[in-house]
Amino acid sequence: MRLVIAALAGALFGTGLLISGMTDPAKVQGWLDVFGNWDPTLGFVLTGAILPMLVAWRVAARRRTALTGTELPPPPPQKIDGRLIAGAALFGLGWGLSGLCPGPAMASLGFGGVPFLIFFAAMVAGMLLFSFWSRRA
Amino acid sequence: MNPDWIAGLIGGLMIGCAAAAYLLGNGRIMGASGLLGGLVDGTGRSNMIERAVFIAALILAPALLVMIGAAERSAPIAGSGVLVLAGLLVGFGTRLGNGCTSGHGVCGISRFSRRGIVATLVYLFTGGVAVIVARALGWTA
Repeated sequence: MRLVIAALAGALFGTGLLISGMTDPAKVQGWLDVFGNWDPTLGFVLTGAILPMLVAWRVAARRRTALTGTELPPPPPQKIDGRLIAGAALFGLGWGLSGLCPGPAMASLGFGGVPFLIFFAAMVAGMLLFSFWSRRA
Repeated sequence: MNPDWIAGLIGGLMIGCAAAAYLLGNGRIMGASGLLGGLVDGTGRSNMIERAVFIAALILAPALLVMIGAAERSAPIAGSGVLVLAGLLVGFGTRLGNGCTSGHGVCGISRFSRRGIVATLVYLFTGGVAVIVARALGWTA
Protein backbone atom coordinates (compact mmCIF):
# COMPACT_ATOMS: atom_id res chain seq x y z
CA MET A 1 0.00 0.00 0.00
CA ARG A 2 2.81 2.38 0.95
CA LEU A 3 4.50 1.69 -2.35
CA VAL A 4 1.31 2.24 -4.33
CA ILE A 5 0.79 5.61 -2.64
CA ALA A 6 4.45 6.51 -3.23
CA ALA A 7 4.10 5.66 -6.94
CA LEU A 8 0.87 7.62 -7.33
CA ALA A 9 2.24 10.64 -5.46
CA GLY A 10 5.48 10.55 -7.47
CA ALA A 11 3.61 10.32 -10.78
CA LEU A 12 1.24 13.15 -9.84
CA PHE A 13 4.14 15.29 -8.61
CA GLY A 14 6.02 14.75 -11.86
CA THR A 15 2.95 15.50 -13.98
CA GLY A 16 2.26 18.67 -12.00
CA LEU A 17 5.86 19.84 -12.38
CA LEU A 18 5.67 19.26 -16.14
CA ILE A 19 2.29 20.95 -16.64
CA SER A 20 3.12 23.93 -14.43
CA GLY A 21 6.28 24.68 -16.42
CA MET A 22 8.67 24.01 -13.53
CA THR A 23 10.67 21.65 -15.78
CA ASP A 24 11.30 24.42 -18.32
CA PRO A 25 14.48 26.23 -17.21
CA ALA A 26 13.89 29.21 -19.52
CA LYS A 27 10.48 29.86 -18.00
CA VAL A 28 11.72 29.32 -14.46
CA GLN A 29 14.50 31.88 -14.94
CA GLY A 30 11.87 34.40 -16.01
CA TRP A 31 9.84 33.57 -12.90
CA LEU A 32 12.91 34.17 -10.73
CA ASP A 33 13.82 37.41 -12.45
CA VAL A 34 12.21 39.39 -9.63
CA PHE A 35 14.55 42.34 -10.09
CA GLY A 36 14.00 42.51 -13.85
CA ASN A 37 11.24 41.63 -16.29
CA TRP A 38 9.42 39.45 -13.78
CA ASP A 39 6.84 36.81 -14.79
CA PRO A 40 4.66 36.00 -11.72
CA THR A 41 3.74 32.46 -12.83
CA LEU A 42 5.80 30.92 -10.00
CA GLY A 43 3.38 32.57 -7.56
CA PHE A 44 0.51 30.70 -9.21
CA VAL A 45 2.38 27.38 -9.05
CA LEU A 46 3.24 27.86 -5.37
CA THR A 47 -0.27 29.01 -4.48
CA GLY A 48 -1.81 26.06 -6.32
CA ALA A 49 0.51 23.66 -4.51
CA ILE A 50 0.00 25.20 -1.07
CA LEU A 51 -3.83 25.12 -1.17
CA PRO A 52 -4.29 21.30 -0.97
CA MET A 53 -1.53 21.16 1.65
CA LEU A 54 -3.29 23.71 3.86
CA VAL A 55 -6.21 21.26 4.03
CA ALA A 56 -3.90 18.25 4.42
CA TRP A 57 -2.10 19.73 7.45
CA ARG A 58 -5.48 20.48 9.08
CA VAL A 59 -6.59 16.88 8.56
CA ALA A 60 -3.21 15.64 9.81
CA ALA A 61 -3.56 17.70 12.98
CA ARG A 62 -6.70 15.74 13.90
CA ARG A 63 -5.16 12.33 13.31
CA ARG A 64 -2.44 10.40 15.10
CA THR A 65 -1.29 8.31 12.17
CA ALA A 66 -1.36 8.33 8.39
CA LEU A 67 -3.61 5.92 6.46
CA THR A 68 -0.88 3.28 6.33
CA GLY A 69 -0.37 3.47 10.09
CA THR A 70 2.87 5.44 10.07
CA GLU A 71 3.19 8.28 12.52
CA LEU A 72 2.61 11.72 11.08
CA PRO A 73 5.53 14.19 11.07
CA PRO A 74 6.20 15.98 14.38
CA PRO A 75 5.65 19.76 14.60
CA PRO A 76 8.30 21.61 12.59
CA PRO A 77 11.47 22.83 14.31
CA GLN A 78 11.47 26.59 14.77
CA LYS A 79 15.19 27.29 14.85
CA ILE A 80 16.44 29.68 12.19
CA ASP A 81 20.16 28.99 12.06
CA GLY A 82 23.10 29.70 9.80
CA ARG A 83 22.80 26.32 8.12
CA LEU A 84 19.25 27.00 7.00
CA ILE A 85 20.09 30.45 5.66
CA ALA A 86 23.36 29.44 4.00
CA GLY A 87 21.83 26.29 2.53
CA ALA A 88 18.82 28.12 1.13
CA ALA A 89 21.09 30.86 -0.24
CA LEU A 90 23.36 28.38 -2.07
CA PHE A 91 20.38 26.43 -3.37
CA GLY A 92 18.78 29.63 -4.71
CA LEU A 93 21.97 30.56 -6.55
CA GLY A 94 22.08 27.17 -8.25
CA TRP A 95 18.37 27.33 -9.05
CA GLY A 96 18.70 30.77 -10.62
CA LEU A 97 21.79 29.86 -12.64
CA SER A 98 20.27 26.70 -14.11
CA GLY A 99 16.51 27.19 -13.80
CA LEU A 100 16.35 23.76 -12.15
CA CYS A 101 15.51 22.70 -8.60
CA PRO A 102 15.60 19.09 -7.32
CA GLY A 103 12.03 17.99 -8.19
CA PRO A 104 12.05 19.23 -11.79
CA ALA A 105 15.66 18.04 -12.20
CA MET A 106 14.45 14.51 -11.55
CA ALA A 107 11.19 14.94 -13.49
CA SER A 108 13.08 15.90 -16.66
CA LEU A 109 15.63 13.06 -16.49
CA GLY A 110 13.54 10.84 -18.75
CA PHE A 111 13.14 13.31 -21.59
CA GLY A 112 15.69 16.09 -21.16
CA GLY A 113 18.78 14.47 -22.62
CA VAL A 114 22.43 14.93 -21.72
CA PRO A 115 22.41 18.47 -20.19
CA PHE A 116 19.78 17.43 -17.65
CA LEU A 117 21.81 14.32 -16.83
CA ILE A 118 24.85 16.51 -16.26
CA PHE A 119 22.91 18.74 -13.87
CA PHE A 120 21.49 15.73 -12.03
CA ALA A 121 24.92 14.11 -11.66
CA ALA A 122 26.36 17.37 -10.30
CA MET A 123 23.43 17.70 -7.89
CA VAL A 124 24.04 14.18 -6.55
CA ALA A 125 27.75 15.01 -6.27
CA GLY A 126 26.84 18.13 -4.28
CA MET A 127 24.74 16.00 -1.92
CA LEU A 128 27.63 13.55 -1.45
CA LEU A 129 30.01 16.45 -0.90
CA PHE A 130 27.77 17.72 1.87
CA SER A 131 27.63 14.27 3.40
CA PHE A 132 31.46 14.06 3.55
CA TRP A 133 31.79 17.63 4.75
CA SER A 134 29.23 17.27 7.53
CA ARG A 135 30.82 14.07 8.77
CA ARG A 136 34.19 15.83 9.10
CA ALA A 137 32.80 18.99 10.69
CA MET B 1 -5.66 35.30 -17.54
CA ASN B 2 -2.30 34.46 -19.05
CA PRO B 3 -2.29 30.75 -20.17
CA ASP B 4 1.00 30.21 -18.34
CA TRP B 5 -0.64 31.30 -15.09
CA ILE B 6 -3.51 28.84 -15.59
CA ALA B 7 -1.09 25.99 -16.41
CA GLY B 8 0.95 27.01 -13.37
CA LEU B 9 -2.08 26.95 -11.11
CA ILE B 10 -3.32 23.58 -12.40
CA GLY B 11 0.16 22.03 -12.25
CA GLY B 12 0.58 23.54 -8.79
CA LEU B 13 -2.67 21.99 -7.58
CA MET B 14 -1.44 18.60 -8.80
CA ILE B 15 1.84 19.09 -6.93
CA GLY B 16 -0.10 20.00 -3.79
CA CYS B 17 -2.42 16.99 -4.13
CA ALA B 18 0.62 14.73 -4.53
CA ALA B 19 2.14 16.19 -1.36
CA ALA B 20 -1.19 15.80 0.48
CA ALA B 21 -1.50 12.15 -0.58
CA TYR B 22 2.07 11.44 0.52
CA LEU B 23 1.52 13.12 3.88
CA LEU B 24 -1.86 11.62 4.74
CA GLY B 25 -1.15 8.26 3.09
CA ASN B 26 2.43 7.57 4.13
CA GLY B 27 2.98 10.12 6.87
CA ARG B 28 5.87 11.73 5.03
CA ILE B 29 6.79 15.20 3.88
CA MET B 30 7.17 15.28 0.10
CA GLY B 31 10.49 17.07 -0.25
CA ALA B 32 12.35 16.27 -3.47
CA SER B 33 15.86 16.97 -2.14
CA GLY B 34 15.21 15.02 1.07
CA LEU B 35 13.80 12.00 -0.77
CA LEU B 36 16.76 11.85 -3.13
CA GLY B 37 19.35 12.91 -0.54
CA GLY B 38 18.36 10.11 1.80
CA LEU B 39 19.04 7.62 -0.99
CA VAL B 40 22.33 9.26 -1.99
CA ASP B 41 23.92 9.41 1.47
CA GLY B 42 22.23 6.35 2.96
CA THR B 43 20.38 8.23 5.74
CA GLY B 44 17.09 7.06 4.25
CA ARG B 45 18.00 3.37 4.46
CA SER B 46 14.92 2.41 6.47
CA ASN B 47 12.53 3.35 3.64
CA MET B 48 14.80 3.05 0.65
CA ILE B 49 12.31 1.19 -1.56
CA GLU B 50 9.54 3.71 -0.93
CA ARG B 51 11.89 6.53 -1.90
CA ALA B 52 13.05 4.70 -5.01
CA VAL B 53 9.48 3.96 -6.11
CA PHE B 54 8.47 7.60 -5.62
CA ILE B 55 11.44 8.85 -7.65
CA ALA B 56 10.95 6.25 -10.39
CA ALA B 57 7.33 7.37 -10.82
CA LEU B 58 8.42 11.01 -10.71
CA ILE B 59 10.78 10.35 -13.62
CA LEU B 60 8.55 7.99 -15.63
CA ALA B 61 5.26 9.94 -15.63
CA PRO B 62 6.60 13.12 -17.30
CA ALA B 63 8.77 11.07 -19.68
CA LEU B 64 5.67 9.16 -20.80
CA LEU B 65 3.65 12.35 -21.26
CA VAL B 66 6.39 13.88 -23.40
CA MET B 67 6.79 10.65 -25.37
CA ILE B 68 3.10 10.53 -26.34
CA GLY B 69 3.27 14.19 -27.26
CA ALA B 70 1.06 15.47 -24.43
CA ALA B 71 3.71 17.95 -23.36
CA GLU B 72 6.70 19.66 -24.87
CA ARG B 73 10.23 18.74 -23.97
CA SER B 74 12.15 21.63 -22.52
CA ALA B 75 15.61 22.79 -23.41
CA PRO B 76 18.39 23.69 -20.99
CA ILE B 77 19.50 27.30 -20.93
CA ALA B 78 22.99 26.97 -19.54
CA GLY B 79 26.18 25.38 -20.80
CA SER B 80 27.71 22.30 -19.21
CA GLY B 81 30.09 24.24 -16.96
CA VAL B 82 27.31 26.36 -15.50
CA LEU B 83 25.08 23.29 -15.12
CA VAL B 84 27.81 21.53 -13.12
CA LEU B 85 28.33 24.55 -10.86
CA ALA B 86 24.58 25.02 -10.41
CA GLY B 87 24.03 21.31 -9.73
CA LEU B 88 26.72 21.30 -7.04
CA LEU B 89 25.17 24.39 -5.42
CA VAL B 90 21.67 22.88 -5.49
CA GLY B 91 22.83 19.51 -4.14
CA PHE B 92 25.02 20.91 -1.36
CA GLY B 93 22.66 23.77 -0.49
CA THR B 94 19.50 21.70 -0.19
CA ARG B 95 21.23 19.21 2.12
CA LEU B 96 22.77 21.97 4.23
CA GLY B 97 19.49 23.89 4.46
CA ASN B 98 17.50 20.64 4.71
CA GLY B 99 15.02 21.32 1.94
CA CYS B 100 14.14 22.77 -1.43
CA THR B 101 11.12 24.22 -3.19
CA SER B 102 8.86 21.27 -2.40
CA GLY B 103 9.88 20.65 1.21
CA HIS B 104 10.40 24.21 2.47
CA GLY B 105 8.18 25.94 -0.09
CA VAL B 106 5.12 23.74 -0.53
CA CYS B 107 5.08 21.60 2.63
CA GLY B 108 6.68 24.18 4.95
CA ILE B 109 4.74 27.32 4.09
CA SER B 110 1.42 25.45 4.16
CA ARG B 111 1.99 24.52 7.82
CA PHE B 112 3.24 28.03 8.61
CA SER B 113 6.71 26.71 9.45
CA ARG B 114 9.07 29.60 10.23
CA ARG B 115 12.00 27.71 8.74
CA GLY B 116 10.10 26.97 5.55
CA ILE B 117 9.03 30.58 5.10
CA VAL B 118 12.49 32.01 5.83
CA ALA B 119 14.21 29.47 3.55
CA THR B 120 11.80 30.24 0.73
CA LEU B 121 12.37 33.99 1.01
CA VAL B 122 16.14 33.43 1.01
CA TYR B 123 16.27 31.12 -2.02
CA LEU B 124 13.88 33.29 -4.01
CA PHE B 125 16.14 36.28 -3.28
CA THR B 126 19.41 34.57 -4.20
CA GLY B 127 17.66 32.95 -7.17
CA GLY B 128 16.75 36.42 -8.43
CA VAL B 129 20.33 37.59 -7.90
CA ALA B 130 21.67 34.55 -9.77
CA VAL B 131 19.44 35.31 -12.77
CA ILE B 132 20.87 38.83 -12.96
CA VAL B 133 24.41 37.47 -12.70
CA ALA B 134 23.79 34.75 -15.28
CA ARG B 135 22.34 37.23 -17.73
CA ALA B 136 25.08 39.80 -17.15
CA LEU B 137 27.77 37.20 -17.77
CA GLY B 138 25.99 35.82 -20.82
CA TRP B 139 25.64 32.38 -19.14
CA THR B 140 22.10 31.98 -20.29
CA ALA B 141 20.13 31.96 -23.51
